[in-house]
Amino acid sequence: MASGEIFGIIGLSGAGKSTLVRCINMLERPQSGKIIVDGVDITALSGRELRLARRQIGMIFQHFNLLSSRTAFGNVAFPLEIMGMPRREIKSRVTELLRLVGLEDRASAYPAQLSGGQKQRVGIARALASNPKVLLSDEATSALDPTTTHSILRLLKDINRSLGLTIMLITHEMGVIKEICDRVAVIHNGRIVEVGTVLDIFSHPRSSTAKAFTRDILNLDIPDALWKNNKGLNGKLLRISFIGESAARPVISSVVKKFQVDANILYGKLDYVQDTPFGTLIVAISGDAPHVEGAIEHMTSLGLRVEMLEAPPAAGENGKAAEKCGVGEAG
Amino acid sequence: MRGARDVGMLTPQLLYLLRQATMETLWMVGLSTLIAVPCGLPLGVLLVCTEPGGILENRIIYPVLSGIVNVGRSIPFIILMVAIIPFTRLLVGTSIGTTAAVVPLAVAAIPFVARIVESSLKEIGHGVIEAAQAMGATPWQIICKVLIPEALPALVLGTTITTINLVGYSAMAGAIGGGGLGDLAIRYGYQRFRTDVMLMTVAELVLMVQGIQMLGDWLARKLDHK
Ligand SMILES: Nc1ncnc2c1ncn2[C@@H]1O[C@H](COP(=O)(O)OP(=O)(O)OP(=O)(O)O)[C@@H](O)[C@H]1O
Ligand SMILES: [Mg+2]
Repeated sequence: MASGEIFGIIGLSGAGKSTLVRCINMLERPQSGKIIVDGVDITALSGRELRLARRQIGMIFQHFNLLSSRTAFGNVAFPLEIMGMPRREIKSRVTELLRLVGLEDRASAYPAQLSGGQKQRVGIARALASNPKVLLSDEATSALDPTTTHSILRLLKDINRSLGLTIMLITHEMGVIKEICDRVAVIHNGRIVEVGTVLDIFSHPRSSTAKAFTRDILNLDIPDALWKNNKGLNGKLLRISFIGESAARPVISSVVKKFQVDANILYGKLDYVQDTPFGTLIVAISGDAPHVEGAIEHMTSLGLRVEMLEAPPAAGENGKAAEKCGVGEAG
Repeated sequence: MRGARDVGMLTPQLLYLLRQATMETLWMVGLSTLIAVPCGLPLGVLLVCTEPGGILENRIIYPVLSGIVNVGRSIPFIILMVAIIPFTRLLVGTSIGTTAAVVPLAVAAIPFVARIVESSLKEIGHGVIEAAQAMGATPWQIICKVLIPEALPALVLGTTITTINLVGYSAMAGAIGGGGLGDLAIRYGYQRFRTDVMLMTVAELVLMVQGIQMLGDWLARKLDHK
């Protein structure tokens, strides 16, 4: 992990995400290997050194884990008390932190009186109190509704930008990764199977887990209805992925003009990952075989990713030729 | 059976005896609670911390301590009271009287308090303790700043249960020369067939238990922010 980045970790339930993040602050001891945080191997630290090292690592939790006996103020003050900070300094630091997370007016509320989003804000303020270098987040938004999730993610991103804080974010929601992560690791059965920029993973998922997750969020499965309604689907079915600027070019129409083929856009989606447009189209291309080949080559040379799709067995026959529909344009 | 005339005649004396016996019971119960809670609390904390998965997991301390507590709790109070007479003499110089009764009462209550404390502390979510560990808290800080404050309402209710149990035990202690309401009930109500005295002591004990419970509930509610 590079300093200052938001690093996502995604994987199915039981993949070992929590275990990995808990190893980073030694809530769980790895049987083998080293864990280097800020140049220090924390597996080699003694109890006291480890406690000091832990102050450099903030953590937020799915179920917030706030002390119910303390107010929002008291919860944020907790790590400072542990460090032995004098009362006066604690007061000003806590006030500053509560302002940062937008809760200065709820300082005297107990966790039971706060909403889920507010509790997580207190959790974030508490995690930031000791000025950590890294913030670990284990499913911090999984218990929140989409709107609240969004606002918490914005807050994390703001903090990442303004404090230069490195964030390791664990989730099983690809939407969360897409929204704020710079890079992502895909974990499966306790192993990291894939690491790359979020855009990479979205556009070229290699592992089956990554494929499943990206398919989930982009919903690129061809709807069953499509197969049913196009019994006699003509030509080759292609999945064309656009990344970055190529998404903005009218590729399909130029291919249709250049080669003697027809293109029928059956399904498509355009999305943004980290401010980069990213899209996928499912297109049926028909025409003479050499022309179709040429069209595919041309698209590939333009930096598009073209995959041939197999029709499911039920819709396999090519009985009578269907009449051509209109030609679509991308972008 | 006594008539209403007798009761009327003896009311001032009866009231005096009742008041004195009540004071004695309160003294025995109050003092033994004040001794048992501070002694039982650290034991309960130690049990929770050293148990498997606890913050100071220890495979020797936990089973040994747990065993001792179980032995302490399984000895019937009346037997314990007699069995520790030498110890009581050593501490207060006599084995008879209200103050002497405090010794077996406290000794019997300590393991009870330890278990109550243990179960109260176990109610705290593991996540909260883990969060404190992740922030670099020492075990001692976790005990003082997490375990005890988080369990405070439960600890208050546990103390209430202990105190009420001690009211019952103190009546038993009274039966062998400890004084208090139990003593009054035995000597007057039972041995002298004074049903009115018996009823009065029972009423007094009921009131006392009600009062303690209400006080405990009120305090626990005030401390609970869940
Ligand atoms: N690297 C590993 N080696 C051996 N066992 C592992 C490893 N990683 C995880 N495990 C085991 O896998 C189980 C599940 O791990 P974990 O709780 O971390 O999953 P998770 O990805 O956080 O799942 P969830 O999404 O449900 O929270 C645990 O019992 C853990 O001990
Ligand atoms: Mg998990």
